[in-house]
Amino acid sequence: MIYFNKVSKIYNQDSVALTDVNVTISSGEFVSIVGHSGAGKTTFIKMILADEHPTEGTVFFESLDVHKLKNSDLTKLRRRIGAVFQDFRLLPNKTAYENIAFAMEAAGKTDEEIASDVPHVLELVDLSNKMMNFPHQMSGGEKQRLAIARAIINQPELIIADEPTGNLDPVNAFEVIQILKKINDLGTTVILTTHNRMVVDSIGRRVITIEKGKVVRDDKDGKYII
Amino acid sequence: MIELKRIIKAGFVNFARNGLISWAAVLIVTITLSVICSLVFLQAVLHSSLDQIKDKVDVTIYFNTGASEEKILALKSSIEKLPEVAQVSYVSASVALQNFRDRHSDDYPTIAALDEIADNPLGAYLNVKAKEVSQYESIANFLKSDNALVLGSSSIIDKINYHENKLVIDRLNSVINGADKLGFLITLILIILSVIIAFSTIRIAIFTAREEISVMRIVGASNMRIRGPFMIEGAIYGVIATIATMLMFWPAMAWFGRNMSSFLGMNLLSYYKSNFFQIFIIILLSGVLLGMISSSLAVRRYLKK
Repeated sequence: MIYFNKVSKIYNQDSVALTDVNVTISSGEFVSIVGHSGAGKTTFIKMILADEHPTEGTVFFESLDVHKLKNSDLTKLRRRIGAVFQDFRLLPNKTAYENIAFAMEAAGKTDEEIASDVPHVLELVDLSNKMMNFPHQMSGGEKQRLAIARAIINQPELIIADEPTGNLDPVNAFEVIQILKKINDLGTTVILTTHNRMVVDSIGRRVITIEKGKVVRDDKDGKYII
Repeated sequence: MIELKRIIKAGFVNFARNGLISWAAVLIVTITLSVICSLVFLQAVLHSSLDQIKDKVDVTIYFNTGASEEKILALKSSIEKLPEVAQVSYVSASVALQNFRDRHSDDYPTIAALDEIADNPLGAYLNVKAKEVSQYESIANFLKSDNALVLGSSSIIDKINYHENKLVIDRLNSVINGADKLGFLITLILIILSVIIAFSTIRIAIFTAREEISVMRIVGASNMRIRGPFMIEGAIYGVIATIATMLMFWPAMAWFGRNMSSFLGMNLLSYYKSNFFQIFIIILLSGVLLGMISSSLAVRRYLKK
């Protein structure tokens, strides 16, 4: 599904984010990308979303070279990916309901579909009672659950979660990981970046370890080993 | 269609939720529109003053005392046919004498001297007004050329005062042209300055939303879906600022109309009333376009691939 082919990202000589990365991720996998802060995990994720462009190499989403897509095609590709971030990246001026509705509007869903699906997904992540709250009126865990609800609402083929537990306490972090596992069990590919040992070990799936921009380990049923 | 509806709705909702930032942008656009509106009035005052000055310029053709009225009127109608001429007025010898008497009614020796002379010592004259100040020279030249006039009329002309006034008319002409150009230049500079200030304010307002824009892109929103609500917000700034500007100018123009009409040479309130619709359209279009274009340009920065 995702193919990194000799991908390097060099900001300048002293700042190399990725070096010669070759990774293949198949459909339905749950992959954890681990490494210290600054190892290149986020750059890896941004490459898939075409939020960053590689200095060398190519990134494919199925047969699409994501960095050669036209703007309109890139927009369509992004609708096939759900993204969750450490800093939540919710729309601050929109309520929980509107944040999710916006993602559906972007995907061209009708008002009727929005009215029926949004309450349902909010119920799934246990936020029914926060529907009309703005992000600043919610706790960290609630915000992250809202971000996950937004990421899954359009039934994407891939969920990208960039340090989703970074700002959460262990209980909320555990909850978020359980939701992601459930999503994966239903067939959606999940790519998770983290530097939380407990999180990785509790998942027990494929682990790719990045150090100083290089892939140093790629273990099936891996553990957090740095 | 549904997309357009959502964009418009989002624009209104964002405007309402952005609170202070929205109203700060409205304030700046209002100031910009007030500058533009003031300049519209300034141009009106300038043009009316220049018109009044232009109106004071004329060329007078004085006739000999014995000149027949028939010949003078024939000459008048031939001058009226000239394309440069706006108006020709005839003052007969007897009216000229009466005017002279009226002007000097307090001057006893002059009136007494006039009474001594049995005949009317004053000739008739024609007052010629050109459409443009610059055209007096060609009219004067035309009058000089004998063949252009009614046959034999050159013999009845005593003098034409254009050449005596030439220097003043030329000076006035260059002053009027200069004032016109300077007025336009100042207007242009002030408009550019205020547009830059409004544009910068809107850019700052959108700068605060740059994170939001990046989130919208990640979610897969099209560029129009992201840019559209900001443009609607910009249009709302323009509409509210227009209403505020038009409301503010009403009492201001009423004050000018009451207290400054004789100084300015025109009543600004009646000008405002009679041109209300045109001024409203100019200000509304300026405000809406300023808001929409500034927003669109400011968002474009964050919509790069």
